[in-house]
Amino acid sequence: MLKLPVFKSLTFFLGLLPLGYSIYQVYQLQVGGVNVLGADPAKALVLLQGEWTIRFLILTLLVTPLVRLTGWRQLQRVRRMLGLFTFAYASIHLMAYLFLLLEFDFRNLWADILKRPYITVGFAAYLLLVPLAITSNGFAIRLLRKRWAILHRLVYGIALLAVVHVTWLARSSYLEATVYGVIVVLLLFSRVFKDKLASFQGTLRRPV
Amino acid sequence: MLIKRTRASDIPSSEITSETVFHERRTILKAMGLGAVALGTPIVAGATSGERKLYTNEAPLSGPVWLQDKLKTLSPSLYSTTEAATPFEYVSTYNNFYEFGTGKTDPADNSQNFITDPWVVEVAGEAELTGKYNLEDIVNPHTLEERVYRLRCVEAWSMVVPWVGFSLADLLKRFKPNSNAKYVRFETLHDPEQMPAQASRFAAINYPYVEGLRIDEAMNELAFLSVGVYGNAMPNQNGAPIRLIVPWKYGFKSIKSIVKIEFTKRRPKTTWEMSNSREYGFFANVNPDVSHPRWSQARERRLPTSIFRQNYVDTLKFNGYGPQVAHLYQGMDLGRYF
Repeated sequence: MLKLPVFKSLTFFLGLLPLGYSIYQVYQLQVGGVNVLGADPAKALVLLQGEWTIRFLILTLLVTPLVRLTGWRQLQRVRRMLGLFTFAYASIHLMAYLFLLLEFDFRNLWADILKRPYITVGFAAYLLLVPLAITSNGFAIRLLRKRWAILHRLVYGIALLAVVHVTWLARSSYLEATVYGVIVVLLLFSRVFKDKLASFQGTLRRPV
Repeated sequence: MLIKRTRASDIPSSEITSETVFHERRTILKAMGLGAVALGTPIVAGATSGERKLYTNEAPLSGPVWLQDKLKTLSPSLYSTTEAATPFEYVSTYNNFYEFGTGKTDPADNSQNFITDPWVVEVAGEAELTGKYNLEDIVNPHTLEERVYRLRCVEAWSMVVPWVGFSLADLLKRFKPNSNAKYVRFETLHDPEQMPAQASRFAAINYPYVEGLRIDEAMNELAFLSVGVYGNAMPNQNGAPIRLIVPWKYGFKSIKSIVKIEFTKRRPKTTWEMSNSREYGFFANVNPDVSHPRWSQARERRLPTSIFRQNYVDTLKFNGYGPQVAHLYQGMDLGRYF
């Protein structure tokens, strides 16, 4: 088993890789190297950051059930970091959309938010992430106590909004949306029936 | 030693146009004010006047031999726009061809082994001469021309593409459609072994892909059947070996890899209309005033874009081809028949 600081640093490094890869792609494009981003690079970037947002969100939600299933408690110690990576990638996704795709044209931003349902839910999901990111520290946990746990259950709502966002974006295939949707629903299910699952596991672990 | 004897049939050198004059011919014609008359007046707004170079992708001619022969006599068209064409690199790597996958580069990645020769097109329905035709017999009577058209995707991006092909109307007339032929229905190949995404359980559309035009739309001078781009055979990912181009409509109307053309009495059910009739209509005319639930159609991004510049341009009604096609829709409520 890895020592905690090593494990945390490793997770941090891995979490930065997708961003690092995007920066490398943009750099390549700017210096006229290999164009991996294609004919519509800004859009490709926005999509990629969005995909990593939902992946990190799912990873964050997977932590608790995985700890429960495997007993690998170290995992619990990187949950906050994964949550913050989710917020970071969501922020980059939104910023890339605003600055690169919309060229920071607010008139069109409001039109998009109000008229395009997939942008409406995506934007709502982002706004709901903000309080979670702000309260992801020891101070807030101590201050909010029980209310902290209640507040952070919002993450399941956010995950559902994210799945709706991906579904409404899909034009020709629902494969991605289905995969994300099934995972999120399973995680939500495991959360709701947490106690029943725990007692079921208890029966399994009890020596015969 | 070579002894040159002069024969009576030889052209005396005094008769031969000097090279300089030969190359200046067009300049001279233009100077005489004959340019427009001799070389044609452009028909489409923003179209070329006078001489124009054909586009090439710098690759050796590809496709079946009979097609290569025809490509050698390619001629420019007065319907071409002078706007700069989107480079071949992007035309051939940024595609919506869902039979080969949903990502923009999937078609280029997954279609390289797609077999497009031999190719048979079935002609059916309300016409005198129906039956199955080899592609060669479909194409051969026509002279290939290059038409540089704007291509506007419903996803609010656009390109300018130098297509190679011939008039759809010229082809359709050969089959002698009868008076019952009110619509033309087109169908793409259905072959899940070659087109892997057709077998996907998560596909949002049904295959085979079907498109259609009203007969007067199909007979319009701009409707085009394309067998190539950039002076060469059609890349598989762009809809080889033969596809439709209807430049005043959103890209999804321009059906790819056609295996069937049918003249019908009734309006055919088209793929996107069946998939989602709230978002996609039968007509699908480019129209900045009719917003799509997911994309504002007021403007478009002309590809290729760069990271920091999106090349926004205002979308034109009928994609700028109004003078040629607006009369087809006179008196129609385009907000309703979108």
